[in-house]
Parts: sequence; C-alpha cells; structure tokens
Amino acid sequence: MNYLIGAFKPACNISITFADGKNRKQVILKLMWLCLRTSIFACCMKSVKVLILICNVHSADGDECVAICVYTKVPLKKENGQTIMVPLFQSQENISGKISIEPVLGKKVEHNGVKIELLGQIEMYFDRGNFYDFTSLVRELDVPGEIYERKTYPFEFSTVEMPYETYNGVNVRLRYVLKVTVSRGYGGSVVEYQDFVVRNYTPPPSINNSIKMEVGIEDCLHIEFEYNKSKYHLKDVIIGKIYFLLVRIKIKNMDLEIRRRESTGSGANTHVETETLAKFELMDGAPVRGESIPIRLFLSPYELTPTHRNINNKFSVKYYLNLVLVDEEDRRYFKQQEITIYRLQENS
Amino acid sequence: MMLSGDEDEEKWLAEGIAGVQHNAFYMHRALDSNNLREALKYSAQMLSELRTSKLSPHKYYELYMRAFDELRKLEMFFKDESRHGVSIIDLYELVQHAGNILPRLYLLCTVGSVYIKSKEAPAKEVLKDLVEMCRGVQHPIRGLFLRSYLAQVSRDKLPDIGSEYERDAETVMDAVEFVLQNFTEMNKLWVRMQHQGPGRVREKREKERNELRDLVGKNLHVLSQIEGVDLEMYKENVLPRVLEQVVNCKDELAQYYLMDCIIQVFPDEYHLQTLETLLGACPQLQPTVDIKTVLSRLMDRLSNYAVSSADVLPEFLQVEAFAKLSNAIGKVIDAQVDMPIVGAISLYVSLLTFTLRVHPDRLDYVDQVLGACVKKLSSAPKLEDSRATKQVVALLSAPLDKYNDILMDHLDDGTNKVMAMVIIQSIMKNSTCISTAEKVEVLFELIKGLIKDLDGAAQDELDEEDFKEEQNSVARLIHMLYNDDSEEMLKIICTVRKHIMTGGPKRLPFTVPPLVFSALRLVRQLQNQDGDVAGEEEPATPKKIFQLLNQTIETLLYVPSPEMALRLYLQCAEAANDCDLEPVAYEFFTQAFMLYEEEIADSKAQVTAIHLIIGTLQRISVFGIENRDTLTHKATGYSARLLKKPDQCRAVYACSHLFWVDDQDGIKDGERVLLCLKRALRIANAAQQMANVARGSSGPVVLFVEILNKYLYFFEKGNTQITASAIQSLIELITSEMQSESTTLDPADNAFFASTKRYIEFQKKKGGAMGEKYDPINV
Repeated sequence: MNYLIGAFKPACNISITFADGKNRKQVILKLMWLCLRTSIFACCMKSVKVLILICNVHSADGDECVAICVYTKVPLKKENGQTIMVPLFQSQENISGKISIEPVLGKKVEHNGVKIELLGQIEMYFDRGNFYDFTSLVRELDVPGEIYERKTYPFEFSTVEMPYETYNGVNVRLRYVLKVTVSRGYGGSVVEYQDFVVRNYTPPPSINNSIKMEVGIEDCLHIEFEYNKSKYHLKDVIIGKIYFLLVRIKIKNMDLEIRRRESTGSGANTHVETETLAKFELMDGAPVRGESIPIRLFLSPYELTPTHRNINNKFSVKYYLNLVLVDEEDRRYFKQQEITIYRLQENS
Repeated sequence: MMLSGDEDEEKWLAEGIAGVQHNAFYMHRALDSNNLREALKYSAQMLSELRTSKLSPHKYYELYMRAFDELRKLEMFFKDESRHGVSIIDLYELVQHAGNILPRLYLLCTVGSVYIKSKEAPAKEVLKDLVEMCRGVQHPIRGLFLRSYLAQVSRDKLPDIGSEYERDAETVMDAVEFVLQNFTEMNKLWVRMQHQGPGRVREKREKERNELRDLVGKNLHVLSQIEGVDLEMYKENVLPRVLEQVVNCKDELAQYYLMDCIIQVFPDEYHLQTLETLLGACPQLQPTVDIKTVLSRLMDRLSNYAVSSADVLPEFLQVEAFAKLSNAIGKVIDAQVDMPIVGAISLYVSLLTFTLRVHPDRLDYVDQVLGACVKKLSSAPKLEDSRATKQVVALLSAPLDKYNDILMDHLDDGTNKVMAMVIIQSIMKNSTCISTAEKVEVLFELIKGLIKDLDGAAQDELDEEDFKEEQNSVARLIHMLYNDDSEEMLKIICTVRKHIMTGGPKRLPFTVPPLVFSALRLVRQLQNQDGDVAGEEEPATPKKIFQLLNQTIETLLYVPSPEMALRLYLQCAEAANDCDLEPVAYEFFTQAFMLYEEEIADSKAQVTAIHLIIGTLQRISVFGIENRDTLTHKATGYSARLLKKPDQCRAVYACSHLFWVDDQDGIKDGERVLLCLKRALRIANAAQQMANVARGSSGPVVLFVEILNKYLYFFEKGNTQITASAIQSLIELITSEMQSESTTLDPADNAFFASTKRYIEFQKKKGGAMGEKYDPINV
C-alpha cells in the first residue's frame, strides 16, 4: 500500500521559517546571544509566548554569523477549532525568512517556478470558500527547473502595509497568510500555507470624552449614568457611576453588559450578529432615590478586539456598553452606548 | 404537600449550608495545592450562596457565619504571596473580575484587608475604595451583612493614632470618615428594610430588624474605640454626623436604638461636653420614638458619672447640665404632643434623680422639676394609667431617697396635699395593689401631708369636710396595701402602723380601723394556711399580730375615741376566738369591759356598747366555763345597770342569748335564760310602773311584746324552762296591758303584737312537732 500513499503525498516538503524583519533588533540580539548564551535557553523554557529561534542569517556585511530571531507568537484559532501558535506582526514590518524545499526520498522535483505570496484575505462565512484578497504581494523565488535535494530560498517583504488586524468573528474572518507555491504541470502544484497574525497599535486618543447621560421612563425611573471615557483600550478599566434620580419600580438588580455587534456585507445583504461578551453585575437589590452606584469593570478578562469600522467595505465590529436594570417581574430596562475599543501598545 | 414558612426556611438554610460546604471543600483543595484560580472560582461559588433572598435575618446570619469562617482561610492564603505568586495589587484587581457583585465584594473586602496589612497602599485609600464599592449591594439584608463583614475585617486596620497604619495626623480623620460612611450606609439599608415587602408582615419585619440592629450599632462601637476620636473630634465631627443620620433617617426603631447606642458607647465626659448637640436632636426625632427612655438613660449615665468622682462636678456646673436637660425635656414634651402622661412624668423622675445626685445642694432645681411636673399634671386629665401612677410615686419618692423630709417641706403644704391626694386617687382608681413594705414606706413618705401634721402647718385653716375626705382616702388606701405573703404583709402592717401612729388624735379614728381590719384579714389568712409557717425568724403568727393590735387600739383611748376602741377590741376578740386563742380573746374582752367601765359614760353609747358586747360574747365559743361565766356575769351586770329602764330591759333579755347558743356544741343553759327573761319582765314591769307614776300614763307595752318574742324563740329552740303556760300568761298580760285605759297605744306596738300572735297561730296550724308544741297556747 505504500506506493498508494506515496502517490498522494506531495512530491516535496516545504517549510517556511520567519526571520525577524528588523535588523536593529538582530544586532542587539546578536550581542545578547554572545553574553547570555546559556541563560536564554532557560528563558525559552519558561515563556510560552516568546519563542526564541536560532537560525543562520546573512548580516549586512555578508558574513555569516549566528543571530537570534525573536518574535512573539500568539494563539490563533483555526477553522477546525484547534488553536495554534503563530507569529505576530504589525503593519509596516518587514516579513522575511526562508523557505526550504526538500524532495521526498531523493526524488527530483520538476517545477514551473517557485513563488511566495503574502495574502490579506477576508472570508465571509455565508460565502464560504470565496476569499477576498485585499492585499496580495508576490515574490518569484525560482525559475522553472528541477530540485534534486533540499534547497533554501530566503525571502523578504519589506515594510508591508497591513492596515487591518487579524479577526475571527462569527460571520467573517480576516487573515494573513504566506503562501508558497511550487508550480507543476502535472500532479498538481505543491502549496504550503503559513498563517500569521497582525495586530496594530494605536496611541491613546487625544480626545476621549466621558459618556454621560440621563435616561428614564416618565414617573417611573430616572437615572443618570456616567462612563469615564468613550474610548477604552483592551486592558482598560471602565469607571463610572449610576445615579438614581427617581425609582418607582422594584429593581432586582442591575448589570453592565459588553456587547459586540458584528455586521457583514452591505446593503440588503447586511448580516448583523450581536454577542454579549460580558455580563457584569453592578448592583444587587433595589436602590432608593439619591443612591449612587459605582462602576468598575476591568476589560482584561474578556476576549475583546479593537473596534473595526467598515473594514474594506466588508464588515464592521463595534462594541457597546449595555446598562440593564431588571425589576422583580423580570422586566428589563436598558440603555446601550457605543464605546470604541483600541489596542494600546503594551510595554509602552 | 405545603411546607410551613419555617420549615421552608429550614430547608433553604440547609441547602445554603450544603452549598457553602461543598464549595468550601473544593476551595480547601485549591488552597492546599496553592491554586489561586481554582481558589477564587470556588470561593466565589461559595459566596454565591449568600445571594439568597429566602432566609430571615436570623437564618441568613447562620449562613453568613459559615462563609465567614471559610473566608478567614482564604485570607490566610492571600496573605502568603509565595503560595500564589500574584502581587497583592494584582490580586486586588483579579478578584474584581467576578461577575456577580456579592461574591466579588466579599472577595474584595478580604483581599482589601490583606492589602492594608501589606502596607503597599495607604489604608485610607483601600478603605475608601471598599466602602464605596459596597454601595453596589442595595439589598438590605445582604448589604448589611456585607458591610458588617467589611467593618469586621477592617476593625484592626483603621489608621488610628498609634496604629501601625497611621501615616500622619490626618489619617485618624480617614478612619473616622470610613466608619461613619459605613455606618450611614448600613443605617440606610436597615431603615429601608421597613419599607420593603408587603405591609401585612410589618410586625415580623420589625422583629427581624431588631435582630439586625447590632450590626448597625457595632459601627458606633468601633467609632468609640478609635483612639484618635478625642473630645474635639467627637464634638466637631463624629457626633454631628451621627446625629444627622439619626435624625434624617426618620425611622422610629432606628432613632431609638441609635440614640441609646450613642449614649451607651461614648464616654460620659463626651456626653457632658456635647449635651447641647445631643439634646438638640431629641425634639427632632419622630414623635413615636420612646425618647423618655433615651433621656432617662442619658441622665442615669451622667448622674453615675457625677458621683463617680468629685472632680467632675465643676464640669457639670460649667456646662449647665441641669438647665440644658431641663430645657430639653420641656421641649421634648412640647414636641411630642401625643406622649402619654406616664412618659412625661418618667422624664421628670429621671431629671429629678439626676439633679438629686448631681446637685444635692440645689433645692431650687428640685422645686423646678416638681413644679413643672405639677403643671403638667394639672393640665392633664386624671391619671388613668397605673404605670403613670407608679411614675408619680417614683417621682415623689426619688427625693426622699436623698433627703427624706427636707424636700417635702420644701413644697408648700397645699401642693403637698394635692400631690398626696392625686397619688391616692390614682391608686384607688386603678386598684393598684401596693405589695411591699418598701413601697409602702415610700408611699407614706409621699403622702405624709395627709398622715400627720406638718410643722408650721396652719391648723385653723383646715376645712373639716376636706379633712374628712382626706382621711377617708387614707383609710381606703390602707386597704390597697396587700400582699399574699404573710411575712411581707406583716411588714406592711407594721410600716403602716408606724406611720399612722404619728397622725395625732384627729387622724387616728380614721386610720386605725382600716389598719386593724387589714391585720385581722391577715390573721384569717394565716388561719387558713394549714400548719405552722416554719419561718426561722419571727413568723407572722396571729398571736404576734394580736399583740400589735392591742397596742394599736390602745392609742385610740388617748384620742379619745373609746367607742371605736371598744368595737375594735370586740372585733379582735372575735378573731382571736376564730384562732382558738382563749387568753387573747379574754384579754380583748377585759379591755373592752374596762373601756366600758371607765371611758364610756354616755348612756346611749353605753347601750350601744353593751349590745355589741353581748353580741360578740354570744358568738365566742373559745372560753372555758369559768371565763365565760365571768364575762357573761359582767355583761348581765352592766345590762342591769343601764340608766333607762327600757334599755335595761332590752339589754337583759339580750343577755339571755349568752346562755343559749344555738349551735351543736353551744352552751344551753335554759335555767339562766329563763332567769334573764324573768328579770327582763321585772324590769319591764318596773318601767311600766315608773311611767305610770311619772307621767300618769302607761309605759310602752312594746317591751313585753319583745320579751314575748324572746320567749317564743327559746320555746321553739327547745328550752324546756320556757313553757307554753308561761307564754300563755305573758300573752294575756300583754293583752290586758293593752286594753288598760291608761295605755297610750302606739299603732306600731299594736301591729307588732298582732303579728306576733299571727305567728303563733301560723305555727299552730302548721302542724307537726312545732304545731303540737304550740297547741296549748291560746291566742
């Protein structure tokens, strides 16, 4: 049966290895390597997020030396539900590395050329299988020919414009991928994909007003609430208070919900999906007039993403704070307010 | 099957406890393996059991205590960073990720307490944050317990003076601020309980609230324990803030409890220096608040403080404590229009006690208090409440503890008597039984104005009518003094005796009789008790009482009121008879006879007396033959020596009864009966003759008819000495007397005789033994 399996096996194995795009970092790390050869390994063992790779790169002066390529890996949920660790980049970074192609068991591989593509894709789930590439960069690595033994190609995409963040939603997915194609006339081309994640960081907004509002039902319930900001970063804390001006209903409790509203498509084809990501109890029991209830909600425990507005005319992701009062008959009174979520550079 | 409310609650509590235990088990496992994440998860689940609304405060407390114990273990874990590897600051954030507020806040308080201990942040900041965040729980019971947990864990971490958490002088204020705020919030929750839920369970809810009150009061206690709360701070900050809350909450239960709390937990010195503020709050309380008790307690405390050391007295003077208190009481009484009179009086009692203890030298204060009280009483309707009466007694007795007589002298005589009458009347009206000698003592001190002449009292102004009425009241009052216990009763009697003996000749005739009868009642009571009372010390024996009575009655001799004394002697004799005390009875008779001989000169009085003596003697069975003979002999002797013949006659025939007691064992000396009757007849005859000689007309035939009736009586009773023929001849005698010309016929006499004859006819016709007996008599 071996030959049968062999027939469906690709003719060669392709591996894609990333190099860190920033030379500056490489130099620093080169020095670090010399000093801390031993301790870094200890560090490797400990950290899950940081993967340290040692590989051969060519330095600027052409000398081959030992360098350390460091980049962060983050979890990414695959279609099959598995979570894998993939490298993390941001816009304007160099994405470089090397491809090695190794024919299976010494067979030669004939090909019509080897190329690597960097793709930014938006995939709508209701339109499954159709990807919309908003970014597509190609590097030809080899002209048609034959490969007899393991062959390595360095590649580099410099200062790649990646304006959108990787996003995995209910109805839509935005992903970045490296695609290596060994084109062959017969037997089909050999293709290898490597996902990576893009996150873009935003500086703190210069204008960040609080949200303050008085709402109510006439002669029944009047409240005034205040959230300290309208824009929060992902690890931010929502501070605020609710002031009860009039209470004529028997309130049982009050929650603050974080809701994500994902809308996909446009026009008549718009799909809106709303999820409640957080349900945080603010108050237990019935307040009386004049009570003021504090709000302090840490965002870090929740899996939020930045707000995405009209990404390539394909989709939007917006966040809302929903203040919900529940009375003793389980009637719900609520007021929803949009907030903007952004990603603040960590360690800065 | 429907479960009753209690059973339901038991079930819910059991479920709650099971839930706590279950989660606590997993929490322990997590703690043992230093697994922070799991520990937080299970502790939050455990605390979720406290989210129940189904339990009454009592049951909820039980559940709370279980969780509380578990939280101590969690706190130990939090303290040891090496076990969980998370800094306290991060931990403080981490616990706030919990979605449910109640578990979140319990955990926050727990971590907060560790946070303060770590000193990584100023205690002030953490405390302020905690007390603010706790606002999220607005449910009264859950909120109260949560905040009580906060108070509990923070108690030893307040930035007090001398505490390790103190940073600078300002921090004491932070500690105070924190406790005050927690107190205010707790009180609001506590008050709110009253207004939630259906109205019909009001009573139950009040009971439940009462169970929770100490949670609120605990804060005041904590405040009082803060070293940094000196007088200055108490005066400027603490008290005004607390009072503001008390007044503003407008809740009867809370106001009463908290006022009391303030008074109990803070030092006396503070109260003294802030009297104005404290008292100023009183009229602002709800009208239904039992302010009198509150003020009474305050005054009690202050007066205790005053007597504790002589050094503090100047302070009292300096702050004009009395004036302030007096003023405040006046205001409270004015403000609380519906306050029952008993409340007002008891306020005055407290004020009086206060001034007596603090300013014993200021009689004018006493005067003021009593004056105010009289004013209040005079404007009020009569006292109808026995409690009010008691308070009046207390009011007036209070000074007596201190000065005894000085005080009453201070009041003018008139007021004094009015007060006394008020007291007595109200006792009467309410049938208040005064049951101890001590109370009696106090009472008599109070009504002294009625009991004896006061020095310098203007005797001549006395109105006879008023005097009688007063004394009758006193007499009635004596009957109200009663105790079932004979020992105590004897004491009461002795006390009363002591007092009334001072009353002087005008009062004794009014007061001695009720005393005697009261004593005799006791004698009867003792007699009804079987066996001897085996008292170790002077049991109340009838003998003893009789001795006492003897002495008491004797005093009437000097009044003089011999007739009264005689009657009382006879009453006593009869009582002695019932007690089988022959010598005592004899002694009383001797006394009575001596009185008769020596003191009773008036002939009418003599007649009355002799009949009383005879009547009493007749009933007495205790005497031996000799004694009896002596006494009956004396009695007959007196009878025969009365001045007027008809009186003689009547007394003598009455004496016949002394020889014939219609009892089973009674003496039945027919011969001497006959002798008496014959003697009576002789006297009647003599009377007749005397009348003839003196006035030329025949005397009253009625004496004969009366004697005839006696004959008939003894005849019927089977005295063999009385024969039908004797009766027959007596009838004839009367008939002839009546027909004699000289007789002036009184229609009444005629009718009397006629009906006597009719009676004989009737008995004859009736047949039987009696008819046979009467048969020989012809009318």
